[in-house]
Amino acid sequence: MAESADAFEMRGIVQRFPGVLANDHVDFAGRVGEVHALLGENGAGKSTLMNVLAGLYHPEAGEILIHGQHVVLRSPQDAIANGIGMIHQHFMLVPNQTVAENTVLGLNRPRFFLNLRKIEEQVQALGEQYGLSVNPRAKIWELSVGEQQRVEVLKMLFRGAKVLIMDEPTAVLTPQEVEGLFVTLRDMTKRGHTIVFISHKLDEVVAIADRVTVLRRGKVTAASVSARGVTKAQLANLMVGREVIFKVDKKKAKPGDVVLEVNRLCCDNDRGLPALREVSFQVQAGEILGLAGVAGNGQRELAEVLTGLRCTTSGTMNFNGTLLNRHTHWLELGQQLAHVPEDRAAVGSVQALSVAENLILKRFNRPPISKGWSINSIAVKQNAVKLVKEYNIATPTVETHVGMLSGGNLQKVILAREISGHPKLMVAVHPTRGLDVGATEAVHKLLVEQRDSGTALLLISEDLDELMSLSDRLVVIYEGRIVGEMPAEGADIRRIGLMMAGTKAES
Amino acid sequence: MNLPGTHYRLRIESRSNLPAWVGAVSAIIGVFLALVVGGFMLRAAGATDPIGTYIEIFKEGFGTPADWAAGLHALFTGTDCPKGMQCFGPFSDTLVKASPIMLTGLACVIAFRMKLWNIGADGQMFLGAWAATAVAVFLLPKTTPRPVMLAAMAVAGILAGMAYGVIPGFLKARLNINEIVTTLMLNYVAYLWVEYFVVVGPWSLGDFESTGRFPTSATWPRLTDYVKQIPVAAGLTAHPGIFLGIAAALLLTWILYRSRWGYEIRVIGNNPKAARYAGIDVARNIILVMGLSGALAGLAGMNEVAAQRELNGRFQQGLGFTGVIVAWLARLNPIAAIFVAILFGALLVGTQLIQPQGISSMLQGVILFVVVGTELLFHYQIKLEKAESTAPSAAEASHD
Repeated sequence: MAESADAFEMRGIVQRFPGVLANDHVDFAGRVGEVHALLGENGAGKSTLMNVLAGLYHPEAGEILIHGQHVVLRSPQDAIANGIGMIHQHFMLVPNQTVAENTVLGLNRPRFFLNLRKIEEQVQALGEQYGLSVNPRAKIWELSVGEQQRVEVLKMLFRGAKVLIMDEPTAVLTPQEVEGLFVTLRDMTKRGHTIVFISHKLDEVVAIADRVTVLRRGKVTAASVSARGVTKAQLANLMVGREVIFKVDKKKAKPGDVVLEVNRLCCDNDRGLPALREVSFQVQAGEILGLAGVAGNGQRELAEVLTGLRCTTSGTMNFNGTLLNRHTHWLELGQQLAHVPEDRAAVGSVQALSVAENLILKRFNRPPISKGWSINSIAVKQNAVKLVKEYNIATPTVETHVGMLSGGNLQKVILAREISGHPKLMVAVHPTRGLDVGATEAVHKLLVEQRDSGTALLLISEDLDELMSLSDRLVVIYEGRIVGEMPAEGADIRRIGLMMAGTKAES
Repeated sequence: MNLPGTHYRLRIESRSNLPAWVGAVSAIIGVFLALVVGGFMLRAAGATDPIGTYIEIFKEGFGTPADWAAGLHALFTGTDCPKGMQCFGPFSDTLVKASPIMLTGLACVIAFRMKLWNIGADGQMFLGAWAATAVAVFLLPKTTPRPVMLAAMAVAGILAGMAYGVIPGFLKARLNINEIVTTLMLNYVAYLWVEYFVVVGPWSLGDFESTGRFPTSATWPRLTDYVKQIPVAAGLTAHPGIFLGIAAALLLTWILYRSRWGYEIRVIGNNPKAARYAGIDVARNIILVMGLSGALAGLAGMNEVAAQRELNGRFQQGLGFTGVIVAWLARLNPIAAIFVAILFGALLVGTQLIQPQGISSMLQGVILFVVVGTELLFHYQIKLEKAESTAPSAAEASHD
């Protein structure tokens, strides 16, 4: 088969955010008439890269070519003028307007008089042509999520998009709707469209993609490999990394008493669907239990349930002899139960407050920080100076707002706060995501020291390297169920990859 | 095909990491621009010399240096204010106007700090005025000693305002009902409640639409009451209410920056998710802060009736809304609110004599609008940049 031409090509894209190198000289291209999957864990830089192509971000370095011609994309309008349209995870639709009205929303033609009847006919015709049937007169709120997605696709086709970027399009769909979407996508590629399919779901990528590019920590780990000749396990390994970047220096664990016992735990996700299905495990003092799994299989919900941010629907959590439930006073429990949250900026810290103020977030209500109703500002400062020194936090002063810190230093602020409270249990979620090698190493060292001082750690990560090198024991989660458990030492990474991809482990 | 050639285009970018002084500078530039815009409006309203009008407003609000010199001379020599001089008169009037808006401003400061948009300070103030009146005229005997009476009125005003603030707070905390709508609507309930009592209801003195003059024990002492000891105090209506405002500002500063509760408020206001993560009870704090906000507005109401010495059908609406402007211009800093409230008091006094009467409200509106607008503009930069190669249009792209 003749190689078809590139519809677009991105060369050497570099995109940096404060403290994070989101795209590190990334090359990516899409051919006319193909579905090209962009695979990677959360935070690997997939959405960033595509936001660059869609004109939302302006990269520091790199160039974009459309049909071989250099272009500068300054806005989504520029992108769509070049035939590139992006469909975001969260739909950009006006709920109380009709499909036709949404289709022309933001277009600067027609200039003045809106002949809605004509638009409706055009939308209808376009829908029939691509098998995307929606009633152009229906209001958006009347439509199902799958139908709303079709409207988004129609919107882009109406604007003349030849390259369609879809950011995790299946995340919101039922299995039947996914089937429908795939039929449409194939139909579109036959008509010469290029689809970029962003996902971290291996099954779907194998089912729909012609070629796959894998991103990991902002870099390409597999460039445009054919989806035919690749297995799910290979893809899983490419996604989470096989090569050990650095070895964590740690002694053999000496597990003590059971600190956390979780029994048949169930909870719902934000959309009210089951996220955890009868999860049971134990964590002992002085060990690191690693929870492996591809994003979106219940890890976030588990961390939230364990730290009081989400309600359970059934099952029990026994923490050090007391049951955790909705009567638990979390502020009182305070630092016995430490939590390094997934989103350090939006959950783990208060950006507009100083380093010193962030370091007392979990102990402002007890001496020596508080004295009766007041806060002892001298103690706040002493606490900050001590922790900044002890944990090597690079900050101009302790009065600096944490919003000014790099990702690595912000994570150190959070770890300093959580560790210095001498917790019995620590739940760490993606503790090194987005950090550079040096900061990652520092965080790993802190976690191992924490283990050696007798804390029970639950480490949740998508990075298999990290899990294998840090954990003493591993459990694998898939679709809210624990599907396997093994000691980390000598664990077969291929077998874990298969479990993460939902294949039941033989034996 | 790409058209060669150079294009210029404007681009708006947001600026991050602005240094702290930018806020103060933008506020000053904003006020200046507001005066320029207001000047054109004054011109349109018929003022031939807007700058002269501003100078006049300033003189009316603060007095001239000559007034102050004459006043100080009279104070130390124990004589009357010389004829033709206003002495401390303008500043005294300004302080009288400033004290209620200082308190309503602080009510907004504490609520806005937690991103609770309490625009019901007006209603909370009306209810505070009503409760203070009930105590002064109908509950305690006329012979109650003045300090006891005033303290009882203040407590009543605070409790009524607090209760009236807790209602929307509770609805917000438990049922997530938008506090902007509830607080705004409750203003009208409060206006009508007071109107019922003093115009047609049980407290009305027939055609007077008033409760009648309060007993002396229920009124603020004024400087003019001491004219025998200090002749220059003749006609000065300044009263201790301003100290309530200053004390409240100091208390709020302590709460916000030195107390556990204030820490919780600042964490919630900046990042409610982090507050939940730390185990802080967000719902409880919504109710408490709305209560404190209402209490401050209620105290403003007590302050006003004790200064006006009666509650009548003309009790001024809108001081709570001026509080919103004061809080915003003070950048939600309680200490800054003291000074902004005094400036606004001067504006209210200085524009009293200007026709048409709406000038004062107009200037207030222009100042808020322009200052907030300026601040926003300071957060963005507009770039004129050269675009060497531009994107081909859709039509051109389709030729490929």
